[in-house]
Amino acid sequence: MEKHLLHITVNNEYRELYINPKRLLVEVLRDDLALTGTKRGCNTGACGSCTVILNGLPVKSCSVLAMQADGAEVATVEGLAEGGKLSPLPTVEGLAEGGKLSPLQRSFLDHGAFQCGFCTPGMLMSTTTLLKEVKKPTKEQIKEAIHGNLCRCTGYNSIIRAVKAVAEGEYKEKGR
Amino acid sequence: MAPENLIDIKSVEELSYIKFSSKTGLRIGATTTHREIEKSSVIKKHFPVLVDMEENLASIQTRSWGTIGGNLAHADPAGDPGPLLMALDARVSMANKKRIRTLPLEEFFIDFFETALDEGELLLEVQVPPVPPRTATAYEKFNIIKNDQPIVSVAASLTLDEGGLICKDTRLVLGGAAPVPLRARVAEAVLKGKKINEGLLEQVGNRASEEADPVADIYASEGYRRHLVKALTKRMVKSAWEQAQTLGQ
Repeated sequence: MEKHLLHITVNNEYRELYINPKRLLVEVLRDDLALTGTKRGCNTGACGSCTVILNGLPVKSCSVLAMQADGAEVATVEGLAEGGKLSPLPTVEGLAEGGKLSPLQRSFLDHGAFQCGFCTPGMLMSTTTLLKEVKKPTKEQIKEAIHGNLCRCTGYNSIIRAVKAVAEGEYKEKGR
Repeated sequence: MAPENLIDIKSVEELSYIKFSSKTGLRIGATTTHREIEKSSVIKKHFPVLVDMEENLASIQTRSWGTIGGNLAHADPAGDPGPLLMALDARVSMANKKRIRTLPLEEFFIDFFETALDEGELLLEVQVPPVPPRTATAYEKFNIIKNDQPIVSVAASLTLDEGGLICKDTRLVLGGAAPVPLRARVAEAVLKGKKINEGLLEQVGNRASEEADPVADIYASEGYRRHLVKALTKRMVKSAWEQAQTLGQ
């Protein structure tokens, strides 16, 4: 298969790479760009753990061919932390060296909004988009925003509380 | 499947639009996303039932990426937009290099995942005509998880006569109950020209259940689907009827 040139801006960094055009966005993010924060769960558009923000919209990156993101701007969980360019530093150690966790990330920590953590990147991307669109979302709006993100650990309530806390201004102070 | 070439038409901006005029109705370009339809104030005003349907279609991620044209061309008989748009009397236009043609949406759906699109033909837009006076449309699906695909869905459009009591015209469409979104014409004939009451609703539900052509799968048996068709048909006709009566006042 002839490789195609993909132009893509990920977490504010412009990249050019040659890829097999059959590959999915989630595969290119994880395997070529080493941004393994984005998780590959069901690979069928059901679980939402691969959610990234593509040109401002939350999408499931397993349902997007990488070439469809040619020329696009993509944000992944690695791009959320404050203090600039973290990629590819998906580990907690990386975060400490680089920037600071985003308010939503800190709130997730404080509210125990995860257990195994596999859904967390997707949850963060969906709820980050929500908070950009709606300043003070209701519980119903938060539930709608994470409807496409499955979590098998938390029962969702701690995630909803974490988002609500940020919406109510509890995480305005500087990060840690 | 390994196609030789795959052409992405999502970026064809000329096909992404929502246009409305009271004379010609609503036109939605094929690459318009579900999320754009859901958030459209003009659709909310003139076709609120379409917005309700979109709000209950999959997740925000999927609605942000998936398009109305893609959904219809995929021709899944358990898709949400197909039955509702058929009840709204929608047409679709398509083009190849030489000509543009339009078809009633009913004729666009041929079989499971099969449409009237020819090789080299591209779906252009969905056209929904203006809603006649004293007309209301209702849509509901039955599923286990909210926003999942329907196990069975029913769309009912009902036009009352000037007196506001007799059913002048109706379109009943069943989703997930046949290889394609199915017009329940026998049930429609039972309704047309009649004054609606509980007894008639029962008859309409029974006829729709009989003319459905469902299959059994992991979600439901054939018999269960027929039962759902009956229950939802009664409910949707009643809902459209009640809404149409309020419009007449």
